[in-house]
Amino acid sequence: MSYQGKKNIPKITSDRLLIKGGRIVNDDQSFNADIYMEDGLIKQIGDNLIVPGGVKTIEANGKMVIPGGIDIHTRFQKPYRGTTSLDDFAQGTKSALAGGTTMIVDHVFPVPGSSLMEAYDQWKQWADEKACCDYSLHVDITHWDDTVKQEVDHLVKEKGVNSFQVYMAYEDYCQMTNSELYEIFTFLAERGGIAQIHAENGEIISKEQSRMLQIGITGPEGHVLSRPEELEAEAVFRAVTIASQTNCPLYVTRVMSKSAADIISQARKKGNVVFGEPIAASLGTDGTHYWSKNWAKAAYFVTSPPLSPDPTTPDYLNTLLASGDLSVTGSAHCTFSVAQKAIGKDDFTQIPEGVNGVEERMSLIWDKAVTTGKMDENMFVAVTSTNAAKILNLYPRKGRIAVGSDADLVIWDTDAVRTITAKTHQSAAEYNIFEGMELRGAPQVVICQGKIVLEDGNLHVTSGVGRFIPCSPYPDFAYKRIKARKQLAVLRAVPRGMYDGPVSEFSLSRGGTPSASARTSPTKQPVRNLHQSGFSLAGNPAACGPPTPEDLPIRPAGRRIVVPPGGRSNITSLS
Amino acid sequence: MSDCRRQWNREDELPVYLAGPISSGPNQRKSYGMFSSVEGAFDSKTIDFDSYAVGRKGSRTPRSRSRERILDSGDPVEKTPGDAREGSQTNSTGEIDGTGTGAEVQFAEEENLPGKDGRLLIKGGRVVNDDQSFYADVFIEDGLIMQVGENLVAPAGVKVIEANGRMIIPGGIDVNTCLMKPYLDTQPVDDFLQGTKAALAGGTTMIIDHVTPQPEGSLLEAFERWQEAADKKACCDYSLHVDIPKWNETVKDELEMLVQDKGVNSFQVFMAYNDLYQMTDSELYAALSFLKELGAVVLVHAENGDLVAKEQRKILGMGITGPEGHPLSHPEELEAEAVFRAITLGNRVNCPVYITKVMSKSAADTIAQARRKGSVVFGEPITASLATDGSHYWSKNWAKAAAYVTSPPLSPDPTTLDHLHTLLACGDLQVVGSSHCAYSTSQKAIGRDDFTLIPEGVNGVEERMGFVWDKAVAMGKMDENQFVAVTSTNAAKIFNLYPRKGRIAAGSDADIVIWDPDSVKTITAKLQQSAAEYNIFEGLECRGGPALVLSQGQIVYEGGKLQVQQGTGRFIPRKPFPDFAYQRVKFRNQVKNSQGVTRGMYDGPVYEVPSMPKYITPSPSAKTSPTSHQPPPIRNLHQSNFSLSGAQIDDNVPRRSGHRIVAPPGGRSNITSLG
Repeated sequence: MSYQGKKNIPKITSDRLLIKGGRIVNDDQSFNADIYMEDGLIKQIGDNLIVPGGVKTIEANGKMVIPGGIDIHTRFQKPYRGTTSLDDFAQGTKSALAGGTTMIVDHVFPVPGSSLMEAYDQWKQWADEKACCDYSLHVDITHWDDTVKQEVDHLVKEKGVNSFQVYMAYEDYCQMTNSELYEIFTFLAERGGIAQIHAENGEIISKEQSRMLQIGITGPEGHVLSRPEELEAEAVFRAVTIASQTNCPLYVTRVMSKSAADIISQARKKGNVVFGEPIAASLGTDGTHYWSKNWAKAAYFVTSPPLSPDPTTPDYLNTLLASGDLSVTGSAHCTFSVAQKAIGKDDFTQIPEGVNGVEERMSLIWDKAVTTGKMDENMFVAVTSTNAAKILNLYPRKGRIAVGSDADLVIWDTDAVRTITAKTHQSAAEYNIFEGMELRGAPQVVICQGKIVLEDGNLHVTSGVGRFIPCSPYPDFAYKRIKARKQLAVLRAVPRGMYDGPVSEFSLSRGGTPSASARTSPTKQPVRNLHQSGFSLAGNPAACGPPTPEDLPIRPAGRRIVVPPGGRSNITSLS
Repeated sequence: MSDCRRQWNREDELPVYLAGPISSGPNQRKSYGMFSSVEGAFDSKTIDFDSYAVGRKGSRTPRSRSRERILDSGDPVEKTPGDAREGSQTNSTGEIDGTGTGAEVQFAEEENLPGKDGRLLIKGGRVVNDDQSFYADVFIEDGLIMQVGENLVAPAGVKVIEANGRMIIPGGIDVNTCLMKPYLDTQPVDDFLQGTKAALAGGTTMIIDHVTPQPEGSLLEAFERWQEAADKKACCDYSLHVDIPKWNETVKDELEMLVQDKGVNSFQVFMAYNDLYQMTDSELYAALSFLKELGAVVLVHAENGDLVAKEQRKILGMGITGPEGHPLSHPEELEAEAVFRAITLGNRVNCPVYITKVMSKSAADTIAQARRKGSVVFGEPITASLATDGSHYWSKNWAKAAAYVTSPPLSPDPTTLDHLHTLLACGDLQVVGSSHCAYSTSQKAIGRDDFTLIPEGVNGVEERMGFVWDKAVAMGKMDENQFVAVTSTNAAKIFNLYPRKGRIAAGSDADIVIWDPDSVKTITAKLQQSAAEYNIFEGLECRGGPALVLSQGQIVYEGGKLQVQQGTGRFIPRKPFPDFAYQRVKFRNQVKNSQGVTRGMYDGPVYEVPSMPKYITPSPSAKTSPTSHQPPPIRNLHQSNFSLSGAQIDDNVPRRSGHRIVAPPGGRSNITSLG
């Protein structure tokens, strides 16, 4: 690690730290205790800790000490048509740390048709060189065939990736058909992966896009007009259906609209294992800016799914986040310069998509949800950090202040007020979509890997110290329920005497062997919520309304149906 | 019994002339009320009781009397014995007690010329339309209703039907039958003759059948084939939907022809049947856009075909080959998903969508939700989903289980039917079809080793009206007017047949049913009109049924007897743009114009992209105000406080075209200062 060299000089300050007088806030409870850290790990928590002399001590003065944020969705250094997004891993992680986020999870985006492994290695190399905080990687599946299958398998087993994103949008580029989605979800469910989904109906979007261009709408407002929120909701609904069919945990990235969020919360009420991720942009601002007269400003808001033009959306999403219907927050941070955005100055479909948000994420949620009384501080920790750690199977190493956890901590100042502006933000972007917004709540001290990286408003970061944190498959948070359901959802056939009546002459092909199954009870469907369903199985048909006495006797094999030619009542009399 | 005795004195108070004249044997008694049981069950007992208890033989029986009184409490005007409204009424009152088994008296005058020039008078009935009920006589001539009013005087020689205060309802319209749907070269056992016979026997006087062309076949040819067959055989009026098996340019021309020249205004598209009829989302978008221009109603078979195919393979792979594999591979979520997608498509295109065969709770809920959001969508549950459930797929009897196979499948959840009735009663679902498509057991047996080959279809055209009455009206979920709406009027409105069909009014077709709410029958294949060997409602008891059915002014069903004539059914052409579906769509079309924002051209630095495809000229939009942007139709306009971009801060400061963004290389703050 690169700080090894420097270690000798500020030895004590960097290695051993004591936070005194803070209020520790985890996702489950808050309590007052001191924290002692050493070698990047939390060693002790409690009152009156016995610590070695000469330890640097931070006085928290009763302020909140929370686990460092985890931004579960970033796209640093994303290649787009030969250029890359402005914020690379150095700039991006710097922004993250400035906002109190001590870990990011970036998306590896292999160009469709290329190797997942190569892309993964490329991203890992970039990040290892530059990242200032710990990171992990999602891998996007941009095409699907047997090679990809093997690569996914390899990534899960050897490379510490447990989440893969697939696209329902971007027709003719990386969009997956329903059948492919079904296969991918089935495959991921077997391997213990999380299926992330970019949910928008790509086919209809491309129709709408060409319609918009046709009627002469070429500016950024065309982006939101061609991607109405119902297409997002529709795709979320479809993804939920496919996931529940395949019994695979589903993670919806970038929940941008009310209706999509509603679908997710409905699905959760029905018992589906589905997680929703609103992003900083959808929690903090809305899509009315697409109609701005300033092209550059309007273009800066372009992301997919688009921000909803309904100005009540951020409030609504914050409410669902507070109630637990949406689980985690990301930022989908992916910034482009105005010049890059201007690639699409004559055609909104060419505008590179992406907004900023990694730095503002935590403050935004504090300001919009906690200070408004929607959410308590524990839930705040859950949605900014703990839930993400659980989904990625990093808990309790990340996302919790506990002995043995990584020393990624933030001392949160609930009273600080700052105004967001591109002039002072860490990102390299020329514009900030939250420009001018006043946010209460900000990190006062940020500790990453046991070292102070932000103090008194000064950022001290070192490129390249970020470690790759491997994520193991089968995170309990998602898979405990999945496993239990798998055992229940075994289908069995009904044993019947073979039908040997007359058969019309047109049978074309034969399926498998007739009625092979041995067990008696016809069972439930995997998809239906077993707790809710009143379906009492066919074994007890008497309860299902019409009396079906004929269900009871099994026709002895010796007694065949004799069907006289043209006889009409024979089958009836059988039943 | 105590009840009977209590009523006994009342009986004695009656004037003799009321009790007297037409009284006859107990076999002519009808059973009244919700508590009556099977017809004739009391006969012998009551006779005995009569003869022991009173001297007045058989004039009326205590039981029937008491029952009648229970009913009468609701409308004393009509039937209270002492209240003689008028001459004919007196007659009818007298007859209540001692009249015909099934229903009303056929009170023919002596010179009874049955059906002579089709003049008929229905007297003393209660006309029930979808909006109101009222007592009136109905005069019919030449297959049309000429007059509806009180105290109509029958010209001499007109046949008079005494309704005795019973309900007179518009004949049912079954919007979904498949009487000629080919499956691997076999035809359903019920053709247009059998099918329409069954329909009439159940009180349905019009059917709309599905024309199913082969995927590569011509729509027009198929349509003509169907029409020819139906003209020869149908016993009641009919109309035709045309299924679109494939989407391409030829189809477009044919659709135009069908709408403009052939009187078809509804077309079905499929989201299921992978590799056969299924359309992709893009094709659906194109089809909906096109059909909307034609003013047609789009019927959608909503199931996610891709996933069904996957599930079928999985289920077969597990060794499940029997009919239970059918519901297992068609879980109801896939139905709900497709319904949701269809509605989304309909909203985007601004086209009315009609979901055929709503079989599950979740699909119905999806429709109900969409309607709350303002989507123009209609849902059609069918007889099978309203009267039985999918637990029978697990029957040990293969033939029985196979008889239930239809797509989407019946839901195994036995509470489904109740839920669907509730939604039907509150208007969230609008029409009831039957999807009648009966195959013989030997045809079903094509799939005995592989459930995916079982021909899909259930019966229901005959039982449709009865079950809606039994499960919804008799249970108190629905009133009689809504009953008329869902069985007839709504269908007529959606498919632009109203008010010719679906209403009892002067000028409408004389397709009329006199409905007997008290008749009870047990459904069995032995007594059904359909040619199928098995009835999926076998053994169910059904209250309510037609006492008399008039089709085109002719009595075709009376007292359990069917008198039909093959080939009398006429094709009823339907015009496009039915108001019921298209009025809202038209207004939305006017409102919903997207407009661009007028901006100065961006002339800052542009990142050089190698070989970028260039579209279209830059920002040609002419209008200034961005305000005409409307939210997409799904969003409730009343709720959205979307303030349009007119409210932008920077809108007041229009950029002068002279004032360009000057972006020095690497300049970072310039754009910011602009925004």
